[in-house]
Amino acid sequence: MPPALCAVCKTERALIKRPKNHQKLCKGCFIEIFEDEVHHTITSSQLFSRGERVAIGASGGKDSTVLASVLKTLNERHDYGVDLVLLSIDEGIKGYRDDSLETVKRNATQYDMELKIVGYDELYGWTMDQVVETIGKKGNCTYCGVFRRQALDRGAKMLGIKHVVTGHNADDVAETVLMNLLRGDLPRLSRSTSIVTGSDASEVKRSKPLKYAYEKEIVLYAHHKKLDYFTTECIYSPEAFRGSARSLVKNLERVRPSAILDVVRSGEDMARLVPGATPDACGCKGKAPPPPQSAADDENVGGCGSSNGRTVGGDMAAMEKQLRANEAAEAAGLETKVSVSRTEAQRPNSQKQQPEQQKTTGTRLPIITKQTLGNCEKCGYLTSQKLCQACMLLDGLNKNRPQITI
Amino acid sequence: MSATKETTTQEPETPKVSIVVEFSGGLEMLFSDQRRHSLSIPATDKEGKAVTISYLIDYLCNRTMKDARKELFVLDDHVRPGILVLINDADWELEGEEAYELQNGDNILFVSTLHGG
Repeated sequence: MPPALCAVCKTERALIKRPKNHQKLCKGCFIEIFEDEVHHTITSSQLFSRGERVAIGASGGKDSTVLASVLKTLNERHDYGVDLVLLSIDEGIKGYRDDSLETVKRNATQYDMELKIVGYDELYGWTMDQVVETIGKKGNCTYCGVFRRQALDRGAKMLGIKHVVTGHNADDVAETVLMNLLRGDLPRLSRSTSIVTGSDASEVKRSKPLKYAYEKEIVLYAHHKKLDYFTTECIYSPEAFRGSARSLVKNLERVRPSAILDVVRSGEDMARLVPGATPDACGCKGKAPPPPQSAADDENVGGCGSSNGRTVGGDMAAMEKQLRANEAAEAAGLETKVSVSRTEAQRPNSQKQQPEQQKTTGTRLPIITKQTLGNCEKCGYLTSQKLCQACMLLDGLNKNRPQITI
Repeated sequence: MSATKETTTQEPETPKVSIVVEFSGGLEMLFSDQRRHSLSIPATDKEGKAVTISYLIDYLCNRTMKDARKELFVLDDHVRPGILVLINDADWELEGEEAYELQNGDNILFVSTLHGG
């Protein structure tokens, strides 16, 4: 078989076959297009503003390492004017995090970025090793997840930063969409597809600039740019359910590579059908940017996952309002009990969306939605309950501590 | 590429091909925590055909891998979905995947994308 040539420059040997459109690219053109597409996601969703300090949630793994590298490159190339900082969480798992934190420390030097490491021990008085010692391996991921979410927020606050970016990629989003579909949790499905979550109410917003990037391409980008990243699996119970969703996604990809972005797109479309949800497609609304190359294939060359040319009616006000509601629901977790009957006037969406909304919601049933937000009585974190989730978990842990240590 | 194939298949004795196999992204833990393996494998299979990636995968499972968890590398006789294979730095999808015939000096890299980031 003669070596294939790059579809863009037509001179170099192709080394990459893109999963989303089968385009064959050489190393140089691949790196350029990968970066251009992340740039497209960032600009079309207006993720950053000049002068903003942005914390990169850095684990030392491939996704966050690629995110840090790409953001540094783009910030310099396109003059975003943002100040990038690495923010790492030390869960306190011996033999797991200590090694990956060494990678993050090297990244900080390589990318010339400030690094802040926040430990569960200083935030909560518990390391994950101690949590597992107390409650066992079963269910410890719940603790770790709740603690981590707050830890990034708190770490960001310590640094006076209001925006945290994470390395979630298209495969992660597809997995989460499928998981929530299988759980029948559409509100959560809706949130998981948003490129921006959190809000001014929670003081720190989250975004995922790699939302439309295939994991495969992230790994190839790291490989071809020879990035320094660390690979390990958490030594405590891997998330079994996510694991099966993950296998499902990878199996689908093997049969039809475009399936991953298709699931992401389906998730975005389903999110629009969730009552009160704000649509979150790529900010370009499906309009492909001027292609930097002659399009070899007709579909999805435009960079974002949403090339259906649909119109979405969510304006910024609706977005912000919804983000606050999302945060409330997030804080309440799955055990949301408060239901509020919503009236037409309360609907946050613009008129353009009304007919569709009515069709989907049908008879106006009470919709489980907003709750009054307050601050956790113990730590002041935003919550709809008396105590935030982390403090509730800590309460349980602290009650157990004496029994265990005897 | 096909020119060397003919010379190797014509050899009467069992000639070898020398290749370098690398594992990353967490796969190295299945191969004695060693990233780089220099291997010399038979140039032809039992039927006298030039050996392919498919042959190499079998070979790795039976000869190189000490870890019992074969399913983390191979599922249903194929490389587990989510593991990327690069042949001399090129995506194996561009090189014929499992049917690619190994050449002397080839570098085959297996990268797992399945581990946390």
